[in-house]
Amino acid sequence: MSVSLVLLVIMAVLYACGIYLMLERSMTRVLLGFLLVGNATNLLIIIVAGAAGSAPIVTDGVDAEQMTDPLPEALILTAIVITFGVSAFLLALIYRSWRLARQDVVQDDADDVAMRSGVAIRGEAGAAESDTEFGTRARAAVSSARDLEADDEDAAEVGRQEDDRYEGEEPP
Amino acid sequence: MVLVPLLGAAIALTLARRPRLQRLISIIALAVVLVIGVILLVTVDRSGTLVVEVGGWPAPFGIVLVVDRLSALMVVVSALVLLAVLIFSVGQGLADGDDETPVSIYYPTYLILATGVCNAFIAGDLFNLYVGFEILLVSSYVLLTLGGTRARISAGTTYIVVSLVSSMLFLASIAMIYAAVGTVNIAQISVRMGEIPVDVQILLQIMLLVAFGIKAAVFPLSFWLPDSYPTAPAPVTAVFAGLLTKVGVYAIIRAETLIFPGSELNPALMVVALLTMVVGVLGAVAQADIKRLLSFTLVSHIGYMILGVSLGTAAGTSAAIYYVVHHIIVQTTLFLGAGLIERIGGSTSITRLGGLLRLSPVIAILFFIPALNLGGIPPFSGFIGKLALFQAAAEQDTVLAWVLIGAGALVSLLTLYALMRVWNLAFWRPADDVKDYQSSLLTNLSEAPGGGTTQATRSVPRLMISATAGMVAVSVALTVFAGPLFGLADRAGSDLEGPEHYVGAVLGEVPDD
Repeated sequence: MSVSLVLLVIMAVLYACGIYLMLERSMTRVLLGFLLVGNATNLLIIIVAGAAGSAPIVTDGVDAEQMTDPLPEALILTAIVITFGVSAFLLALIYRSWRLARQDVVQDDADDVAMRSGVAIRGEAGAAESDTEFGTRARAAVSSARDLEADDEDAAEVGRQEDDRYEGEEPP
Repeated sequence: MVLVPLLGAAIALTLARRPRLQRLISIIALAVVLVIGVILLVTVDRSGTLVVEVGGWPAPFGIVLVVDRLSALMVVVSALVLLAVLIFSVGQGLADGDDETPVSIYYPTYLILATGVCNAFIAGDLFNLYVGFEILLVSSYVLLTLGGTRARISAGTTYIVVSLVSSMLFLASIAMIYAAVGTVNIAQISVRMGEIPVDVQILLQIMLLVAFGIKAAVFPLSFWLPDSYPTAPAPVTAVFAGLLTKVGVYAIIRAETLIFPGSELNPALMVVALLTMVVGVLGAVAQADIKRLLSFTLVSHIGYMILGVSLGTAAGTSAAIYYVVHHIIVQTTLFLGAGLIERIGGSTSITRLGGLLRLSPVIAILFFIPALNLGGIPPFSGFIGKLALFQAAAEQDTVLAWVLIGAGALVSLLTLYALMRVWNLAFWRPADDVKDYQSSLLTNLSEAPGGGTTQATRSVPRLMISATAGMVAVSVALTVFAGPLFGLADRAGSDLEGPEHYVGAVLGEVPDD
């Protein structure tokens, strides 16, 4: 099975860049990294199909040995569709996260933070700090005290109230 | 089988404006799946593996759907669980005016999840398995982030990115396997796998195991699970916990028995099982929130299943199969129970709950039985499953196997401790004893959406109770009918002992090439 060196190099570069991007904290970069890794995987499938040949249509005079292997192409088509759907969903998720919090950085998990700093968190991680996080307590606090914070111009606060309003509008 | 929930989803989606009809159709679709599953199970058990060649292409070329005893059993159990959880969430939706599961896409998405699960269980080639995984994962992304609140988006992000990595790894390993053996049909792979060099085999096996291990939440790859599951609505968490990880376990069973039988990685897998059990349960003991605690026990009990698989014997496999069945039912029931607790107590943090026994003795019993069951108290199915696993491990009679048995016993004790702590604090403790802890560590540990201070008691709709009670009844039935069920698991396990059975059914005969 002969393999095109160019394809191999492209695949390796795509994988490297994709994985590097996926390790970033910014969600948009994670998405881009995911797209690169997805394409790299598709290239990998093309590569495993072996050398390119003629179209895999059975006619007289064409030897089966000279045809391209059609199965990987079918696999890639499916994979592309799936990648497309998932990245659309991720984009929607990033947009939602942006509307809620005005930031697209993956947050530290609130519980991990609590675990790491032990009980000492009680003092320093006050309400203002944890409100900007994605934590659930922030929502719980708001549902009881929505009006009090209505004047707060903090972007995160606005986002959260949008969130609340959104929930209120949902059909019964 | 696959088509019914998918069609149901399509119909339900068109009826988005008529929620009552939507519910009816969802329930009917899943009930039909359950009936088909039972029929399949009986047929397969009597007359052997069924193979459907989709599109009429003969086996190694076309897409095949294969139903053997393992697949049929898994389909029946998951249809049962899906149906019960659906009824639970319908009950919750009716009572709450749908504030937890608000939008009209809930039922269609749920049905698509069912499609994906069924497809994954009966897929006869790796790529179809991948497609099944993707179907169920994408719908699980939607279910997890449903409503788009901040906590869910945050948890969903972790979950989705982790799942994406595992899917890409799975796809890449499919490509590598295709490069190595020139097919994606599981049966044909298993025939040809012996012909390629051993190191390539091990490489492929590691890639597949890591991909499946992320989905099954095996120890070093399980970090995402306790973060992401507890934020979803209770019914969604229940079905995720019951089914999604088990699809991963199923894929591991398939890969280990068919593609790489008797592999050299089994001792490594046993160590992984050991770590999964111990680390998971230690996490559970430290938790104060019921849903998080249950998520950690979920991780720890995945370890038992991996233990069964890693033994590589028919006894081990059949014990693992029985354990998977038991665990799907019990874990789902426990999460439903947590949902009920959240309803009556207004919180899932055990530091804030108390006196629920007096408040609702029914729920107390409904939580108590599966809790004992998961901990492996003798009359229940958890005990039977664990006993079978330990027997299978003892047959191996290696040091590692005995260490695993000891760890398994310890882990079940710790599980029991964690769950009894929940029961004692939430149900047994008088309500007056609950102090309002100001420690923000404890506050931070509570993950209940909207779970502030203890709210006024809400009435629990009868449909939710009866769905949970139904699941408890099924879990007790697992004990009562343990004989026939274990026989079935045994036969399924011995089918899987060598790949010949599966291969023969799919390819007609074992080819020599």
